[in-house]
Amino acid sequence: MATGRPRQLFRNIPSKIAAIPMILTASVVFLGGTLWTIAYSFTNSKLLPRWKLVGLDQYERLWATKRWIVSFENLFIYGVCSLVFSLVIGFVLAALMDQKIRFENTFRTIILYPFALSFIVTGLVWQWILNPDFGLQGIVRGLGWDSFSFDPLYNPDIAIFGILIAGLWQGTGLVMVLMLAGLRGIDEDIWKAARVDGIPMWKTYLFVVIPMMRPVFITTIVLIAAGIVRLYDLVVAQTGGGPGIATEMPAKYVYDYMFGGQNLGQGFAASTMMLLSVLVVLIPWAYLEFGGKKRV
Amino acid sequence: MSDPSSVAMAGAAADAVRPVLSGPSGRRPKRAISPRNIVIYGTLGLISIYYLLPLYVMVVTSLKGMPEIRLGNVFSPPVEITFQPWVKAWAEACTGLNCDGLSRGFWNSVRITVPSVIVSIAIASINGYALANWRFKGANFFFSVLIFGAFIPYQVMLYPIVIMMREIGLYGSLWGLVIVHTIFGMPILTLLFRNYFTSLPEELFKAARVDGAGFWGIYFRIMVPMSMPIFVVAMILQVTGIWNDFLFGVIYTKPDLYPMTVQLNNIVNSTQGVKEYNVNMAATILTGLVPLVIYFVSGKLFVRGIAAGAVKG
Repeated sequence: MATGRPRQLFRNIPSKIAAIPMILTASVVFLGGTLWTIAYSFTNSKLLPRWKLVGLDQYERLWATKRWIVSFENLFIYGVCSLVFSLVIGFVLAALMDQKIRFENTFRTIILYPFALSFIVTGLVWQWILNPDFGLQGIVRGLGWDSFSFDPLYNPDIAIFGILIAGLWQGTGLVMVLMLAGLRGIDEDIWKAARVDGIPMWKTYLFVVIPMMRPVFITTIVLIAAGIVRLYDLVVAQTGGGPGIATEMPAKYVYDYMFGGQNLGQGFAASTMMLLSVLVVLIPWAYLEFGGKKRV
Repeated sequence: MSDPSSVAMAGAAADAVRPVLSGPSGRRPKRAISPRNIVIYGTLGLISIYYLLPLYVMVVTSLKGMPEIRLGNVFSPPVEITFQPWVKAWAEACTGLNCDGLSRGFWNSVRITVPSVIVSIAIASINGYALANWRFKGANFFFSVLIFGAFIPYQVMLYPIVIMMREIGLYGSLWGLVIVHTIFGMPILTLLFRNYFTSLPEELFKAARVDGAGFWGIYFRIMVPMSMPIFVVAMILQVTGIWNDFLFGVIYTKPDLYPMTVQLNNIVNSTQGVKEYNVNMAATILTGLVPLVIYFVSGKLFVRGIAAGAVKG
C-alpha cells in the first residue's frame, strides 16, 4: 500500500498536465474567486481591497440604498416576465413549427437570427424603434391617434418593459429551438394514441406533452434564469439605466461600484447578493437533476 | 485512418450529438389551403415580420439622410439612398478624442477574437479529451466545479480576475482578455468536447493504444481529424460569443484596445450635440454584421451549437 500511493499520483501524467488549465480555472478562478469576493464583501474596502472586517455593514448599506432596491425589483419584474413570456411564446412557436409545415427552415432562421446579435446591437436598435418622435409612438400619432402614448425610454413607469421587449426579441428564438428539439423527442405514438382516444390537440399538449418535456423545460428555465441575472449590456446600450434609475439592474450596480464608484465593498456585497439569487434557482434544480438520477 | 468505415462512424457519431431537428416527418397534410394552415402560416408570417422589422429599420435608417429622418418615421423607406452614413460610421465617427470611426474597433475585435477562439478551443478540446479518454482521480470533481461555475454570475469573479491579471502583468492587455475569454468559454466548450469524444467508438482509442500511440499521438492523429464537425460548432459558438462580448472588453482592456461593441456603444450613447441616427444605425449594422454572416452561412450548425450547448448530457 505504501508504494501504491505515489504510483497512483504519477500515473496518467500527460492527462493531468493537459487538464491543468481546467483544474486552475475550476479551483482558482471559479471556486477561489467566488470565495474571495464573498469574504471581502464583509470588509470596508474602498479603492483597493483591504482586509478590515466590518461585519454586515456593506449589506445593511446595500439594502438601504434606493438604487439597489430598484435594481433588485427590476430584476424581479424583468425576470418573471421574461421567463413567462419567453417560455410561452417559445413553446407556442415551437408547437406551430412542429405541425409539419413547409419553409420550416426559413421560419427558424428568421426567428433565431436576433440571438446571433449582441445585446449592444439589440439595445441600440430598440432604442431607435422606441424613439418617441420617430418610432412607434410617432407613427401611431401620425395615423391620427394624437393622445397615444408609448414611450418606455422616457416614462419611468414602463421603462423596464421597453427592455423586456428588446430582451424577448433577442432571446425567444433560443427557447423555440430548445422546445422544438424537445417536441421532436416525443414519441410519434403518443400523438397517435391521443388521436385514437379523441383528445383535442391543445389538451394533448397541455396534459401529456408538456409534462413529458419536463427536463427540457427545466434546462431552459435554468439557462434563461442564469442569463437574466447577468443582464447588463442590454440596459447599458438601451437606456443606460435611465430614465433616472428606472431600469437599473444589479449587474450594473456591481459594475458601477466596483469600477466606477471605487467602492469595492459595495460591489462585492451586491455581487454576493446576485450569487445568492442564482443559488436560489440553482440548488433546487441541482437537487431535482441529480436527486432524480439516483432514484432511477 | 482513411478507410471509409471510420468516416462513416464519425458521421454516425456526429448524428448522435445532433438533436432531432432534421425536419418534418410523417405523412403529408392533404390540402394546401385549410383553416388550420391559414392560422399556422398566418401566425408564423406575422411573427416573422415582427422579428424582421428591427433589421429592416436598421437598414432603412442607415440609408437615409438626416433631413429625411427628421421628416419621416423609422419605418418609411428612403427616398434618396445615401451611403454617406456608412462611410462616416466606418471611418469618421468620434469616440472621445479619436475620430477614426468604427474601423479601429473592428480591427481590435479581430485581434481579440482570433487568438481567443484558437486558444480557448485548443485548451477546451484537450480538457474534454482528457476527461473522456484519460480519466484520472478527481477529474470529475473539477469538471463539476467547472460546470457549476458556468452558472455563477460573472460579477462575483470580476475583481479577483483583475487582481490575478495584475499579478501576472497582463491587466489591460490583449492577452489578458484572451485568457479571460478562455476561462469563461471553458465550461461550455469542455462539456461539448467531452460529450463528443465520449460518443466516439472506444475501439478506435484502444486500437491506437495497442499500436503504441500516446496521449498526444492519439489526440492529434485520431481525435482531431475525426472531430472536425464539433470543432466547427465550437468555432461558431466562440466567434459569435466573443465578438458580441461587451463586459469583459470594458473591464479587461484599455480604451485603445476596446472591441467593436464597446466602441459602438460609446459612439451611439455619448455623442455630444446633434444625434446622427443614420450614422448610429450604420454603425450598429456594421457591428452586427460578423455574427449575422456567420449565422446565415452556418445555418443548421449554429442551431446545433446552441442546442448541444444547452441540452446537455
